[in-house]
Amino acid sequence: METQGSVSHTVPRPGRSVRAQSVKAAHLGKAALWPTLVVLALLLAPFVLASYPLALLGRVLALAIAALGASVVWGRAGILSLGQGLFFGLGGYALAMHLKLAATPKGELPDFMVYSGINKLPWFWQPFHSAPFALLMVVVLPGLAAYLIGWLMFRRRITGVFVSIITQALVLAFVTWLGGAQGLTSGSNGITDFQTFMGLNLRGPDFSRELYWATLLILGVSFAGTAWVLNTPFGSLLTAIRDNENRSRFLGYNPAAFKVAAFVLGGVLSGLSGALYTLHLGTISPAMIGVAFSIELVVWVALGGRASLWGAAGGMVLGQLAKDRISSAAPEAWLYIMGALFVLVVMYLPEGVAGLLKSRLSGGAGRRPAPLPMHPEVKDAV
Amino acid sequence: MTYRNLTASLTLLLLGNALAQGTVKVGVLHSLTGTMAISEITVANAAQLAVDEINAAGGVMGKKIQVIKEDGASDWPTFATKAEKLLTQDKVAAVFGGWTSASRKAMLPVFEKNKGLLFYPVQFEGNECSPNIIYTGAQPNQQALPALEWALSKGYKNIFLLGSDYVYPRTANLILKKHIAAKGTNLAGEEYVALGGTEFSSVINKIKAAKPDVIINTLNGDSNVSFFKQYQAAGYSAATLPVISFSIAEQEAQSIGPALLTGQYATWNYFQSLPNAANKKFVAAYQKKYGAKAAITDPMAHAYMDVYLWKAAVEKAKSFDPVAVRKAIVGVSTDSPLGKITVDKNGSLTQTVYTGQSGAGGQFKVVAQSGGVIAPQPYDALAFPGKTCP
Amino acid sequence: MDAVFLFGQLFTGLSVASILLLAALGLALSFGLMRVINMAHGEFLMFGGYLTYLASQWVGPQFLWLAFPLAFVGSALLGAVLEFTVIRRLYGRPLDTLLATFGISLILQQAARQIFGSTGVPVMAPAWLSGAITVHGGALDGLTFPYVRLFVMALSALVLIAVWWLLNRSRFGMHVRAVNQNREVASSLGVNTRQLDMLVFALGSGIAGVAGAGLALLAPVNPTVGSAYIVNAFLVVVVGGVGSVLGGAVAALLLGCITALAEGLTSVSLAQAILLVVVVAFLQWKPRGLFPTQSRALEEA
Repeated sequence: METQGSVSHTVPRPGRSVRAQSVKAAHLGKAALWPTLVVLALLLAPFVLASYPLALLGRVLALAIAALGASVVWGRAGILSLGQGLFFGLGGYALAMHLKLAATPKGELPDFMVYSGINKLPWFWQPFHSAPFALLMVVVLPGLAAYLIGWLMFRRRITGVFVSIITQALVLAFVTWLGGAQGLTSGSNGITDFQTFMGLNLRGPDFSRELYWATLLILGVSFAGTAWVLNTPFGSLLTAIRDNENRSRFLGYNPAAFKVAAFVLGGVLSGLSGALYTLHLGTISPAMIGVAFSIELVVWVALGGRASLWGAAGGMVLGQLAKDRISSAAPEAWLYIMGALFVLVVMYLPEGVAGLLKSRLSGGAGRRPAPLPMHPEVKDAV
Repeated sequence: MTYRNLTASLTLLLLGNALAQGTVKVGVLHSLTGTMAISEITVANAAQLAVDEINAAGGVMGKKIQVIKEDGASDWPTFATKAEKLLTQDKVAAVFGGWTSASRKAMLPVFEKNKGLLFYPVQFEGNECSPNIIYTGAQPNQQALPALEWALSKGYKNIFLLGSDYVYPRTANLILKKHIAAKGTNLAGEEYVALGGTEFSSVINKIKAAKPDVIINTLNGDSNVSFFKQYQAAGYSAATLPVISFSIAEQEAQSIGPALLTGQYATWNYFQSLPNAANKKFVAAYQKKYGAKAAITDPMAHAYMDVYLWKAAVEKAKSFDPVAVRKAIVGVSTDSPLGKITVDKNGSLTQTVYTGQSGAGGQFKVVAQSGGVIAPQPYDALAFPGKTCP
Repeated sequence: MDAVFLFGQLFTGLSVASILLLAALGLALSFGLMRVINMAHGEFLMFGGYLTYLASQWVGPQFLWLAFPLAFVGSALLGAVLEFTVIRRLYGRPLDTLLATFGISLILQQAARQIFGSTGVPVMAPAWLSGAITVHGGALDGLTFPYVRLFVMALSALVLIAVWWLLNRSRFGMHVRAVNQNREVASSLGVNTRQLDMLVFALGSGIAGVAGAGLALLAPVNPTVGSAYIVNAFLVVVVGGVGSVLGGAVAALLLGCITALAEGLTSVSLAQAILLVVVVAFLQWKPRGLFPTQSRALEEA
């Protein structure tokens, strides 16, 4: 029931006229213009920007990958997860464990273990000496965790706000454990002080530029891959399940399997993003991946447009840039602005900026959120 | 769209640089919002006060100091990004900031990579020795260990360690445990509560079962409010079970409610009640600017003095270059509100340690002080043998 | 483990349960009727705490007689305003409501910070509440029951009984239950559902305010205190079953005892993580909580 209120313009409705369709086609050329410009700007950025703005841009582009994941999970599958930070963190920590071992002289323990009175490298740290293993874990760990959590939840048909609360509780449990198990995870300080990665000097002058290119490449591949997946029948089924889970079930599909798959895709994207972000920032700590991060992620995605990959990624990038600016200029005002954004976006832009743009481009058709039952009182009218 | 904005701001920045010839920029990076704002805003204020005083007296080497204030937002990665902004975009000569160990750990790689200089004003767990950080808060041997010595000298034999669950309490207690064992005293128990935790019923029950005669408390922030309310409700008081705290200063005492704290102890390098002339001047100036009732704490006094230390080092080095300043600052010595302090070559301070007892109005009366200044020891010899600063 | 410690932990469990129940009851009420997850619920607790502080500033040490009505009315009014301006417009979109109310919680926190300062304000329990009943002699020698905790337990029980009476014995309660079972039919029979929504939301907020006033005796009053309770309050609602006041009470008792047990057997820092995992495991067994609302509707939450 609760998913019905979300966006659903992807399902063609009988009311939409043929004229509107052709108007849409005419605007397609115009619509393709903007993405091209954005991609061009991103490709040119390293040649134009100074080091701080470039680092900032790279960082938010890394976060945009997590936004893609949130878009799949929430925008397409209708699952509002407030625990994406968990997967983000697993990806980040997987890489950070390798980077920490790489920065530790041979035969010694990572410094925080020494200071916590640990005198033997824990077994689950051992394989992270290998870079390929760590890179594999960056996607495998979040994917596995998402599979397990998703399977446990969706199998039991836990939906809606219950999913939100459970995922939030899980990320809180993870963060609490990370903070408490200081000898194994470096606790609330997080893992920090990296030196090299597969022979690259992380503190070298060229690294931030190389990292930007890597981030852009991974973002591009993730974007294209996700867009492709969502274009297959699998994507259409996700939409169907989002819009009416029971009808999809009656048609013979198992919604749980599809939701788990979407959840895993979202988790893997979050994990990738977390690993890249760890490289950008040179540290990862429980505070970076907690409840606040998870909710903020969802809000930027909502602002940009949860159902559109462009919207989600763009919302994240612009939101983070705005945050950097405004929180510097007026820290007191920032929380008001962000709080007000939450409320206003949800109330007046349920499809986000992308939804607004899309409706403008398609000549005003569907400018208002789809006429779905906004109130249980009228649910039988559908 | 994005990149146009950024280039525009960059142009603005270059223009700004050209306009501001007669000034030198420094960064002040504290949490102005979020959970840590409670402690950090006043620390930022104290640094600002020192800058204002220096500017009023003619500045540093003929240049006025321009403060660029950034908000760490109680979020450690934000500290890292803002530090990077201050160093690479604003090109500040020094940064004064940080409170939690996690924020310092997040900033450390940024300062090392960009060869910046950070003044960190808060007591911490040691075990760190970056050439790019001046650690002016107490090392464990300048707060935790003297407190233990004092407790033992008062005849307490059963010690309970209570802390928030993060790095400082766990490491400080690890060191304390080694020393408790070495001295043949009894460790009655050890318990940690999640940061921001408000429920102490179980903890107090465990304390009751362990029957300690003193508690060494490294709880952080508001958890102290809950703890002392529930400790009192369970029938304890300073007379029956004294608590020595490392994170409760004058300001925290006010928010806990001085009546709850009466008779309890705290160990610091500074109390507002210190009678020296430099402190009287500092207290008067701060209260003139930020209100007559403003409480002044150890980290504030450190932050205030840090700016003066930096000024002295700049004048000694005759340069604003952070590397030169770091080199020159070793051996710099002043009569500060904390008493006489000297910068050691490991980047920490040689300073005095005081134990105070809380009285009415949330002020502490000094009941004991170390015999002379104590040299900083970043690595505890008993807990981490063989570790030293490079 | 001796008997005193064991009984002490049992008392801890009951005390934690009473706190959880106070914090969660208002949430359960509005969630039950409107399927609205109010992420700003913790800030209503905070608001009640600040009103208690103001009451203690105005009338001195015996402030509790003023604090409770003030906290109830003040928070209820704030709740009504919130319902009227935001939540009403988002009915049927619970996920969006969740986000919007999270935004509101940010705004309220920042407002508290700017009005009262980011340092918390001190609230001292009145003298007649300080102290404890202590058992002397026997196997339980030394066991103490602090008055403040007993007071919060009594408050919690009182609020629970009041809510139960209101829901099951009053006309208002009859309407609430009717709307709960079938909104359309209730509406067609003349129940003003919009008004009822607002009243229930205001009532839930008011209870949060009362909870905040009670908790101010045990915990700090500061801008972020709400977030210390909110997650556990959600867990109580989810474990109890949506909209069931009885379920909420049983869930609070259960979670309180699990917390006390985990804290007693392991360490306090580990207990929160254990609690969260236990709840997730429990939901595997009963995904709709202990006392789910029985309904034939296919798509009821």
